[in-house]
Amino acid sequence: MSTLLDIQNVTVRFGGVTAVEDVSLRIGERELLGFIGPNGAGKTTLMRVITGMVRPQAGAVVFKGTDISTWPIHKRIRGGLALAQQIVQPLHAFTLLENVVLSAGGAKTGNPITALLSNARDDERAVALELLERTGIGAAADRYPGELPLGFLKRLEVSRALALKPDLLLLDEPLAGLNQAEAESLADLIAKLAAGGQAIMLIEHNIREVTRICPTLYVQDNGRALAHGPADEVMADPAVRRAYLGLEEAC
Amino acid sequence: MAYEITLLTTMAISVLFALSLNFISGFCGQISLGHAAFYGAGAYTSAMLAKAGAPFLLTLLPAGLVAGAIGLIVGFASLRVRHDFLAITTMGVGFLFIGLVRQQDVLGGELGISAIPSTGLGKIGFMAFAMGLAALFAGFCVYVKRSWMGFVYDSIADNEDVSEIIGIPVSRYKLIAFAIGTAVAGVAGGLYAHHVRFIAPDSFGFVESVTVLAMVIVGGIGSIWGVAFAAAFLSVLPLWFQPIDDFKILLYGALLFAMMRFSPGGLAGLVARLRGVS
Repeated sequence: MSTLLDIQNVTVRFGGVTAVEDVSLRIGERELLGFIGPNGAGKTTLMRVITGMVRPQAGAVVFKGTDISTWPIHKRIRGGLALAQQIVQPLHAFTLLENVVLSAGGAKTGNPITALLSNARDDERAVALELLERTGIGAAADRYPGELPLGFLKRLEVSRALALKPDLLLLDEPLAGLNQAEAESLADLIAKLAAGGQAIMLIEHNIREVTRICPTLYVQDNGRALAHGPADEVMADPAVRRAYLGLEEAC
Repeated sequence: MAYEITLLTTMAISVLFALSLNFISGFCGQISLGHAAFYGAGAYTSAMLAKAGAPFLLTLLPAGLVAGAIGLIVGFASLRVRHDFLAITTMGVGFLFIGLVRQQDVLGGELGISAIPSTGLGKIGFMAFAMGLAALFAGFCVYVKRSWMGFVYDSIADNEDVSEIIGIPVSRYKLIAFAIGTAVAGVAGGLYAHHVRFIAPDSFGFVESVTVLAMVIVGGIGSIWGVAFAAAFLSVLPLWFQPIDDFKILLYGALLFAMMRFSPGGLAGLVARLRGVS
């Protein structure tokens, strides 16, 4: 499996706090990687380093063989990354459908001149509707984000990220805020996408779903890499159990 | 008749000026408290060129270009500044403009530039020309609003960070809004200079910036028809009723306050709400 994303010795400090320390991680094409760790482990920070929302003090991010460390966010997204954020960020002035339509219109929005000369939205609307159906919120397509509960907005985040047709999909706790049935069906969708060849990095606290769908796990604790390997081996690792699950103390 | 022509010309210029600010603040969501500076830059450019012998029509393009170029520089410098900080920054630009112009003997200093040559179009011709430009730009705004560019501007006005994370080159779009909005303000300034045929720094100060912002907000920020209507109405109000001219700032202040308190969507929002009710 060839490498899609190569994170090389990344360190991020906020003031005196080291959020991520010398982390290196590779994700292959078609890989579904579960990324777990306790709160404050630096998971979201590392995700933000990948998308360019946070610039690391040291290290590099290489994507599809190119060092993208100095690229602005929008260029990385256009290069094939997409992020569904943990804290939902819908565009409130738009319906759910319009939120996804805009995202699906990447070919038209990249260049302002093209955007000025383009009017038709039918193709993007069709794509967006289908995505909303797939994430299970198609019935609310014409509703505004402000009228809907968190579970809908979490799935909107995922739909919007998928509309970008990314090479690597970054999901930051997409299941949080969903009930068990919703979480299970969204996890199924993630697994199905992965089976179809979509590379995905999934940050998630819902261990049950993560271990169910992710063949590989990466664990981070206190900003440092703790374990990386096949899910069952990682979950059996005493260091992981101690740091993340606290199971040994509990037993 | 001459009086009506003057009124209509004033209206047309105000509509063009207000729509130019609406492009930046309404479409792209970037509040500006210094928009009169670009109006002034265009007015001075056009007036100076006319005094130097250039035909009126040929002074408008440079007026737009100079104002747009300054707008682009200000936009570039303000890319990282948002919301209320942007409002303060643009206010500073407005004061900077006045401060600079006052010191330039070439630009007439405090006394400004008088005896600006006639346009040669005649009063009616000039009125028609100004109305034509305002209508043309309003049409362009309607077109932009429906295009993907308008869609993108809506998203930037809503949330810049989200726009960026779905791959939109936000800075580029903002700069284009600044360039177009300020260039059109410059053209409107050129019209103004040839309309009143006398300009001085005070015509482009903070009061003028607030006045145009009031037109945009009273009309309904982002709404092309609302802003055009408010600009047309508010620009001639002081001419119709002389007493109002003395209390212009008071009236505009009261209108701004009433709109923000009772109908943040301006007249356009009010109309939409009334329609929704009926």
